Amino acid sequence: MRIKAINRSEEECTRERSQDLQKVHKNLDPSLHPLEKATEYTRALNAAKLERIFAKPFVAAFAHDDGITCLAKNPQRLNSLIAGSADGDIRLWDIPSRRCLRRLVGHTAGVKGVAATPSGDACVSCSTDCTVRLWRIPAAGMQPAAEPQEAQAALEFHGANGFRAIDHHWQGDRFATAGAQVDVWDHARSEPMSTFRWGAESALSVRFNPVEPEIFTSTGSDRSIALYDLRSSTPIRKLIMQTRSNAIAWNPLEAFNFTVASEDCNLYTYDMRKLDMAACLHQDFVSAVMDLDYSPTGREFVAGSYDRSVRMFSYNGGHSKEVFHTKRMQRVFSVRFSADGSYVFSGSDDMNVRIWKADASAPLGKLLPRQKQTQAYNQALIRRFKHLPEINRIVRHRHVPKPIYKAGKLRRTIVDADARKLQNVMKHSKPGSVKVKPARQKKIVGQEE
Amino acid sequence: MVEAGEQLGSQPRKRQKVDHDKAARIKKFRRGDPLATSKIPDKKLKGNLRYQERLANEAAELAAKADEWLLPGLAGALEADGMERTWRFKQDEVVREAEVGAARKVFDLSLTELGPYSVNFTRSGRFLALGGRKGHLAVMDWQRGKLITEIQVKETTRDIQFLHNETFFAAAQRKYVYIYDRNGVEVHCLKEHVEANCLDFLPHHFLLCSVGHPGVLRYQDTSTGQTAAAHRTRLGPCSTMRQNPWNAVLCLGHAAGTVTMWAPNMATPLVRLLCHRGPVKALAIDRDGHNMVTAGADGQVRVWDLRMLRPRHAYFSRATPDRLDISQRGLLAVGAARSIQVWQGALEHKVQSPYMRHDVYSGRLHDLAFCPYEDVLAAGHSEGLSTMLVPGAGEPNYDSRVADPFQGRKAKREQEVAQLLDKLQPDMIVLDPTTIGQVRKEPKQVQEEARLAALVAERTESRAALEKQAEKKKMKGKNKPSKRHRKKQYTIIEEHKVDAKGRAQKDKEFGKTEKNAEDSLPDDAPRALAAFYQKGRK
Repeated sequence: MRIKAINRSEEECTRERSQDLQKVHKNLDPSLHPLEKATEYTRALNAAKLERIFAKPFVAAFAHDDGITCLAKNPQRLNSLIAGSADGDIRLWDIPSRRCLRRLVGHTAGVKGVAATPSGDACVSCSTDCTVRLWRIPAAGMQPAAEPQEAQAALEFHGANGFRAIDHHWQGDRFATAGAQVDVWDHARSEPMSTFRWGAESALSVRFNPVEPEIFTSTGSDRSIALYDLRSSTPIRKLIMQTRSNAIAWNPLEAFNFTVASEDCNLYTYDMRKLDMAACLHQDFVSAVMDLDYSPTGREFVAGSYDRSVRMFSYNGGHSKEVFHTKRMQRVFSVRFSADGSYVFSGSDDMNVRIWKADASAPLGKLLPRQKQTQAYNQALIRRFKHLPEINRIVRHRHVPKPIYKAGKLRRTIVDADARKLQNVMKHSKPGSVKVKPARQKKIVGQEE
Repeated sequence: MVEAGEQLGSQPRKRQKVDHDKAARIKKFRRGDPLATSKIPDKKLKGNLRYQERLANEAAELAAKADEWLLPGLAGALEADGMERTWRFKQDEVVREAEVGAARKVFDLSLTELGPYSVNFTRSGRFLALGGRKGHLAVMDWQRGKLITEIQVKETTRDIQFLHNETFFAAAQRKYVYIYDRNGVEVHCLKEHVEANCLDFLPHHFLLCSVGHPGVLRYQDTSTGQTAAAHRTRLGPCSTMRQNPWNAVLCLGHAAGTVTMWAPNMATPLVRLLCHRGPVKALAIDRDGHNMVTAGADGQVRVWDLRMLRPRHAYFSRATPDRLDISQRGLLAVGAARSIQVWQGALEHKVQSPYMRHDVYSGRLHDLAFCPYEDVLAAGHSEGLSTMLVPGAGEPNYDSRVADPFQGRKAKREQEVAQLLDKLQPDMIVLDPTTIGQVRKEPKQVQEEARLAALVAERTESRAALEKQAEKKKMKGKNKPSKRHRKKQYTIIEEHKVDAKGRAQKDKEFGKTEKNAEDSLPDDAPRALAAFYQKGRK
């Protein structure tokens, strides 16, 4: 007879010394792992719940002496943030050590816009006192400074009227300002190099395209969004909407798409090549949207609104996926995404710049490889099961302040009532006689060239 | 799948070597058929699903590769040379020929006084619990011959069962079920489990199940202490119970020859199978949940296909089998009176002769249990415990995260926590566990029926509510009959309103009024004037 029976030796199956790693045997046979789907579902449920438990997005707040009107991030350094306030004070913050490095003093009226130069060692700011100032900004040193030093402007540019917004080009020494008209300046010239004007309205914001060196847009107080080319002397195309747009941002990875933050509580994403219909409509705010900024990944953007909340949207999502709010945060006037996509900065009326985590449940600091693996596994589980009702409810759930919740509910009632009435009208009229415009097209009044 | 080319005529074409083995392995790890993504209209969904399919295929291939090359152990085997037959070999010869390490696992424990013994192994196969009928309970590390604990409870004990690990075990004693610690200390007395005959533990759900003389099946969550469910089987006393490891459904064998399958959610059995003419004496289910073997007092040992709920084949045994057990690798052990027969490959096809045979040296057989991950079959009988070497019974490669026979203290602690975190809810127990996470669109008919049922329920409820607030006879002040009558009329009107709504819904669904109106309405007329176009209207 030939016989072979299982005969495991303890020495082979366990470790020799206590300094050795434990021996782990794996058998991936599905018969050894029954009820896999149920186990995965349970783990996904636990992961979703833990994600909500650990969702603590607020990191820190930096105080100013007046409401904050504008923010800018340094393209070369992750640790610095420039914030301008309504009393003309610009502060340079070192984020990890949470201290103010510099106070840039000089503006006599509120600072309306701040932008950093591509080299990262200077910034430009514009104000309603009809000046644009250029400042040299230092890098954050290792030693803690006692008091934030004050600094004077290196250069001053004078204009005829107050300025509303500013944006610096990502290459070279040019920057554009928005005010009574859109001007493009150079560091070396004291007069604007070119002026763009279309109609008698004033421009509210301006942004350079992050990929095309010659294209930029601006929004105007006549409810328009205009596209310009630096090589020409006039704007190329203008899109008129029903309400005014307060801010505009380009998608850094799909640079033909831009998103506008509108007064009608929504955000609209357009493809600049096809302006007759919005590519996406982002809803969830209940008051005017004041500012927005894209993440460097191009997959999401953050927007701040007059309704005291900051929301994060997916680039193609119709509703927000995250909301940041505090009792102390009042009207949000500016938001920025940090250059590594992990943090969101918001400047608001309550004189504070707040730092939030973009992924609210992610732990700060360096993670061990096993921790990273667990995080990745939990996120994959949630992604796989997030369409199931129990988990969907938990993943979507966010607490929202009562006024915003009530206002949102009211808006939904109104919208539903309008939709129902429209259905009734359509039911009782000749089929095809009532033309319904899609929501993405409803707010567009027209285009001009 | 590339098929080998057929050789037609005189031109020999190059054959592509088909690795059936590799294909079978990949299929084992694929967990279902590949999805046909070409017909999906939604492009985003199609793209996502194609990506998921690609990942699944890659994972299956890698797992197949690891399965082929990286698994350390090989399954056992017993082969006979020439004219010999394996079932003629006595255990003494087998033990003599086997390796020392394997031979050491065969022993006999002579415990003659304290009654026939029930046997239970932990999931890792390292610890063994013995429960003698006269109240002798013992836990031992059987391979090393170490006794962990031994107590005498001085009561009839009918069954013994380990909980999630060797720290706790439950004993079905004369009146109640008791839970003991590894030190022999009585930790719990479960007063609700009255006169239990059989115990079983669902490891993924932490549910201790018992069924006994009252015929009540109870599920108790041992982590929270709650009773998950208590079902009256209404089929009399039950003494045969097994869990299906694939879907955690409990199978009970009854005196009328039926086998019923239960889940905590449903008060009625999920499945009722008529298996035997006469009481069902023993039950066993294989690891994958494909086959169930039942033994009845009529001497038949039937093999059932559990997925299709159909009989496969039957064997006849002259002595009524007392006990059945199926090993991890599909070996069937049948214990009758004194003899144990082990059959190999008997589940898929009908086999003519057994694989191995053994007679217990004295006493009558009471319980049979294969040891997980070992080639050993433990038999509890009226004179103690005997173990038998059955090559090829156990799974040679264990997974440390599931069950590790060489687990250390730290690993045991971690595993307990991990098990608790992954504990499944009792309402997840269904006949087909692969349906969890699937999206099933309900057919319109079912949706309509559900809606109508809800409507009818609402109507009856409102009617009941109205009746409840039926007119109260006022004892104080004026109570004129005319006023009472008017009040009554008001409630009747309300009832009529409810009824009218219901009638309108009913008419609509049977397409009476609206359809007729639509039929006769010309295209250019507005729908508001539909009433004027109705047939039969002048």
